[in-house]
Amino acid sequence: MELLQINNLKTYFEISAGTVKAVDDVSLTLNYGESLGLVGESGCGKTTTALSINNLLPDEGRIVSGEILLEGKNLVEMSDREIKKIRWNDVSMIFQGAMNALNPVMKIGDQIAETIVLHQKSSFREALKKAEELFALVDLEPKRISNYPHEFSGGMKQRAMIAMALACNPKLVIGDEPTTALDVMVQAQILNLLYRLRQELNMGLILITHDLSILGETCDKIAVMYAGKIVESGDVEDIFNRNKHPYTHKLLSSFPNIHRERIMPEAIEGIPPDLINPPPGCRFHPRCPYCIEICRSEEPAMTMESKGHYYACHLGGVHNGK
Amino acid sequence: MENKNKIISVKDLKVQFQIKQSFLHELFAKKQKIVKAVDGISLDIHQGEIVSLVGESGSGKTTLGKAILNLTPITSGEVLFKGKKVEHTNKRELKRFRQKAQMIFQDPYQSLDPKSMIIDTVAEPLEVNNLLKTAAERKEKTVKALEGSGLAPAENYLYRYPYELSGGQRQRVAIAGSIILDPDFIVADEPVSMLDVSVRTGILKLLLELKNARNLAFLFITHDLSLSWLISDRIAIMYLGKIVEIGPADEIIKNCRHPYTRALLSIMPIPEVHRNRNRQVLKGEIPDPTEIPRGCRFNTRCEFAHDRCYNEEPQFTAISDNHDVACHLAAKEQ
Repeated sequence: MELLQINNLKTYFEISAGTVKAVDDVSLTLNYGESLGLVGESGCGKTTTALSINNLLPDEGRIVSGEILLEGKNLVEMSDREIKKIRWNDVSMIFQGAMNALNPVMKIGDQIAETIVLHQKSSFREALKKAEELFALVDLEPKRISNYPHEFSGGMKQRAMIAMALACNPKLVIGDEPTTALDVMVQAQILNLLYRLRQELNMGLILITHDLSILGETCDKIAVMYAGKIVESGDVEDIFNRNKHPYTHKLLSSFPNIHRERIMPEAIEGIPPDLINPPPGCRFHPRCPYCIEICRSEEPAMTMESKGHYYACHLGGVHNGK
Repeated sequence: MENKNKIISVKDLKVQFQIKQSFLHELFAKKQKIVKAVDGISLDIHQGEIVSLVGESGSGKTTLGKAILNLTPITSGEVLFKGKKVEHTNKRELKRFRQKAQMIFQDPYQSLDPKSMIIDTVAEPLEVNNLLKTAAERKEKTVKALEGSGLAPAENYLYRYPYELSGGQRQRVAIAGSIILDPDFIVADEPVSMLDVSVRTGILKLLLELKNARNLAFLFITHDLSLSWLISDRIAIMYLGKIVEIGPADEIIKNCRHPYTRALLSIMPIPEVHRNRNRQVLKGEIPDPTEIPRGCRFNTRCEFAHDRCYNEEPQFTAISDNHDVACHLAAKEQ
C-alpha cells in the first residue's frame, strides 16, 4: 500500500470576486521513504495542495471533491477530531520562513516539547528530553534547547523547525519552500540534512519549491504544477532528461548551468493565468510557443509516456523536435 | 581594462560598527565589541562594467555597497568617484554624487511606496533635485524611464499603484526610478532574489541592456554564483569583510583557486540529475565578525588549513591577468 495517494483532489476558495480553483483535479502517489518534489511558479497551487493534506486550509478554502488516502484512510472524510490525531503524529510540515514560524518569546526547546505534549501522551519533562534528542538528530547542540529564537541564525532556526516536524515520528513530512529564505551554503546543508533524515527514518517527504534546480539531487519523483493542475510527473530523470511538456522544458531552461556555455537562459513570457477564470483548453496555451488550434479549445488529458511518467499536452515532446 | 574609465575606485575601505553594550559592561570597562563589516577592501569598477560581489549572508556585501554610495559612514580608506573623493565633499557635490550613483534594492514589495502612484514614485528623484520645469516634462521623462525598463507602453502603468503589479513589474518600476536621473553607476543589491525563477532572467537581461545602451557601471550584489556568472564581467568573492578572490567571470567559474570559491561552486544547484555529486558543503556558518580569526579568516572552515594559515594573513597573488586570489595554498599551486 502507498503511504499517500491523492485522487482527483479539488480545493477551491470562495472569495468575493468568485471561486478560485487553486487545486483543480490533482492526483499524486508517494511511497514510504520516497521524496516527491512539487514544483511550479507562485500561485500555481503547490501550497494549497499541501495544506489540503493536513486540512489546514483557511476559512475560505474547502476541498470540493477527491480523496486523500494516507495508508488507505481517507483524510477528506475525517472529522476535525480525527484529523487532529493525524496532524503532526502522521503528517507534519516544515513551513516557509522559519524566522517567523517560531514564537519569539518562548524557549525553542519548550516549543518543541509543547508540540509533543499536545500530540502524544507524554509529560513535559519527557518531551524536553525528546527535544534534546531531536536537536542532536538535526546537528544542533542539545544544550541549546533553552535558547530563544533570536539567539539562533536563520539556518539554525530552520534546523529547529525540522526537529519540531520530526517530534512525533511522522510518516510523511511536507516541506513548504524550506530553504527559500536561506543562504546558498545553508540551503545545501538543510537539503543534505533532509536527505539523510528521510533515509534514516524511512519517511515520505514532499518538497514544495519554485526552484527546480534543487530537486535534481534531493528527490526521487517530481510533479510539475501549473495553474492548479499537474502538467507533468515522473521520476527525476524523466523530468530532467525526457520531459514532454513545454512548461517543464521552459522551467528547466530558465536556470543557468555553470557546467555549460555561458548563455542567458530564456524567460517564460507572460504571467500565470487568473484561477477564477482560467483559460479554456490547455491552461498553458497563452504562454506556449507551440500552441495550435486544439490547445485553445480542448483540455489535454494525462498521457502515459512510460511507467510512472505522465504528461498533459496535445503535442507531447514538441520542444524536443518529436 | 586599464584604458577604460574608472567610475568607482575603492581604496582599502573599512567599515566598522560598535556594538552598544549595557551600562554595566561600560562601568567595568569590558572590551568594546566592534563589528568589522568591511575590513580592508580595494576595488575598481569601470565604465560599462558589471562587477558582482558574491558571498554568504553576513559577509559584508551590502555594507560595502552602501559604503560606496556614502549611505553608511566609512571608518577608514576612501571611495573615489571618477577620480574624486566622495566622503568629505560639500553638500552640493554630495547631492550631485547621489544623482549619478543609484541603488536598486532587494525587495520590490517593500521598496515602493504602496500609497504612491507609479508616476509619483518614478518621478520623485526629479522633484527632489528640482530638475523639472513643467508637468509635461515630468510625464515625458517618466514614460521614457518606464519604457527603458521594459514597461511599455508606459501609459498602462503611470497611474497605477504597486499592489496592481507583479513582483517583476515592481522591480522594473524600481529600476525606472533609479535610471531617471541618468546615473553613471548603480548598486543592485540582490535585485532578483525575491522573484520567481521565470521572471528573473527578464530583469537580468534588462540590467545588461542598460549597461550596454548607457555604458553604465554596476555593482551587482548576490549570493548566487551562477547568476553573477551570467551577467558580470568580473566576479569578486567576499568572505567576512574581505575579497578573497577576484577575476573575470568565466575564469572564476572555470578556474577558481580559493577553497571558499570552490566550495561555493560545488554546491550551486544545477538543472541536471546529479546523484553523488562531489559537493563540499561547508560546516557551520560564517564566524562572528567581532572576532575575526587570526591569519586567514577562512581557516575555521577550510579543510586544507595548515600552520601558516593560522598565523599569517594571505595577500593577493596574481594567478593570471586580472585574476587575484588571497590564499597561501592557491599561491603555492603556481
